[in-house]
Amino acid sequence: MRLIINGEPREVTAQGLGEVLAELEFTGDWLATAVNSQLVPAAERAGFVLSDGDRVEILTPKQGG
Amino acid sequence: MLDLYGEQIASRLLLGTAQYPSPAVLAEAVKASGTGIVTVSLRRETAGGKSGDGFWSLIQSLGVRVLPNTAGCHTVKEAVLTAHMARDLFRTDWIKLEVIGNHDSLQPDVFALVEAARILTQDGFKVFPYTTDDLVVAERLLEAGCEVLMPWCAPIGSAMGPVNPYALRSLRGHFPAVPLIVDAGIGRPSHACSVMELGFDAVLLNTAVAKAGDPVEMAAAFAEAVNAGHRGYRAQMLEPRDFAVPSTPVIGKAVFS
Repeated sequence: MRLIINGEPREVTAQGLGEVLAELEFTGDWLATAVNSQLVPAAERAGFVLSDGDRVEILTPKQGG
Repeated sequence: MLDLYGEQIASRLLLGTAQYPSPAVLAEAVKASGTGIVTVSLRRETAGGKSGDGFWSLIQSLGVRVLPNTAGCHTVKEAVLTAHMARDLFRTDWIKLEVIGNHDSLQPDVFALVEAARILTQDGFKVFPYTTDDLVVAERLLEAGCEVLMPWCAPIGSAMGPVNPYALRSLRGHFPAVPLIVDAGIGRPSHACSVMELGFDAVLLNTAVAKAGDPVEMAAAFAEAVNAGHRGYRAQMLEPRDFAVPSTPVIGKAVFS
């Protein structure tokens, strides 16, 4: 399956969002995710099934003003 | 105490966490400032990276409250989604709402700001809107559900200080019970002191501290300036006069001629 991860095309074998994060080695404990511009809360990632072409945003805490 | 959405905050200085020379300097500056609230953002994580974990661990160790921002958002949709992601990540319903309207001045798009503020308030957020010093926009933001206003005093990072004290005074006069925080444009401790003397409730800083030659010393200087300005306002300052008034009593002066 082909996904757009943080703006970059990636091929993955996993289907669930939680599994995709593990497959792509997003191993941080503090992540926020959205799929096709909709929030997917941390508690719902494991059961969230992705589709080919989905756009996934993976954000993390950063410095800000 | 500073009351923000029912939370009592001891310090009247809010500090941004960006642009410091190192994480260690950031941590020391936060401590020196005495702040109770720091602003943070969300950005893309890289695969295999844990950059966010390290930064977040540092912030958590400082024992301060976080105010996530929507910096860099240019549309209502972007800002609302970013706010929801921030709430999921930082586990707070506080959001510093930024919707930028102009790339050069980083001036907020106040029309989109009001719309996003209304949506987020309805979604249960406690919105801290980064706005201009426009009185009517402030009224609209309050109508949208904001209980705090954060007008700029000059463009972000410009260090110009309050370019329109009249507008800031006007906001204070029209909204005596609304917490007002100057967000953006402060360059020097004297700028912070002057807006606090106008009766503002707090100041939010980042660049003026982070890019100072000695950020830790500057953080301490701003803490003192904010406190001095606030105490001066509370003590009711003398208004300027166009004539001299002797401070030493005239009566009883010796006559030597």
